[in-house]
Amino acid sequence: MNEYTYPILFGVTIGVLTRLYLLKTDYRQYPTYLHGKIIHIALGFIAAGLGTIAVPAIMEKEFAAITFLALAASQFRDVRNMERNTLNELDQYELVPRGKTYIEGIAIVFEGRNYLVIFASFLSTFAYLVWNIWLGIVAAAIAFIVARKLMSGSRLGDIVEVEYVKPHFKGAGLYVDNIYIMNIGLEARREEILRYGMGFILKPKNFNARSTIANLGQRQAILHDISTALGVYRDSGTPALVPLAKRDLDDGRVGIFILPQEKDVEKAKAIIRNVPTLENAIRMPTKSETNQAGRVLR
Amino acid sequence: MTVEKMILAVITTSPHKVAGGVTFVCENNEEMQRIAANLEAILDGIAHALSDDLLIIVKH
Repeated sequence: MNEYTYPILFGVTIGVLTRLYLLKTDYRQYPTYLHGKIIHIALGFIAAGLGTIAVPAIMEKEFAAITFLALAASQFRDVRNMERNTLNELDQYELVPRGKTYIEGIAIVFEGRNYLVIFASFLSTFAYLVWNIWLGIVAAAIAFIVARKLMSGSRLGDIVEVEYVKPHFKGAGLYVDNIYIMNIGLEARREEILRYGMGFILKPKNFNARSTIANLGQRQAILHDISTALGVYRDSGTPALVPLAKRDLDDGRVGIFILPQEKDVEKAKAIIRNVPTLENAIRMPTKSETNQAGRVLR
Repeated sequence: MTVEKMILAVITTSPHKVAGGVTFVCENNEEMQRIAANLEAILDGIAHALSDDLLIIVKH
């Protein structure tokens, strides 16, 4: 026991608690598995340890010890690789795949959360050592709030309006509103699709949103989320019953066609609004210098 | 080997409209629908209608 024992214990505890807090199981169903959770809590513990130890190391003028933070960075990059590989493997067996953009987004989040844990542990240990445990707790609370803020990205509901439209056929062509989805040849399939299918129109609120929802990864994420939450009317070997999202080239609206097991318009709308806008799909054409001058893009 | 984005089979009631490919000539629309449904299941493809008397099976 020395003067650092309690601050280190405190910092590690705060770090692990932050990781647990960020490790939510939600409708995206990941990570639900007990072992997946254990892996992430264990890595969170290591991250918490690294963040905590850095403070006494500086105080003891052991500056070389800081280099192990670089080790941490490479360690957590591996976490991202691990998540990416696992999800890519599993994605092949999904009826409605997540898509690579969504997977990359999830993998980045897993890496990022470990850095937030380091940050929380560092901050709370620092406050404890410099002042006292009470300010340590205050620092931990601030770190919690910052972590929450940084980890809650924007939702699709912020950038689009969602509208329900019943899908219909013109000849063999399946349409959602005026957006062509696909050609269905069999009459029996057409009847099935009209019975189980639902259509939604995503209307972008501005020019940036138009490019963001045009991204194929973003569209696949919408289809995956809604199929996870409402079930999906399809099986392997029925490619005609596949949920699709197509774009109106004129005005950038996206038509979503889904085949849910549970046909509830309001729930489906809520789920679509709640789909995360993927970091890798976000586009900001209005921020370009050329577009900032002159006519405003809408 | 998976063959994708190719016409795997043609099912028609008007054989004079088709030249080449694996063609199934049917007597009537009902038979055409039945054969297309079977082929769709067997080939894991989608039956697309090019016109009222002509269906193709494509794997995407």
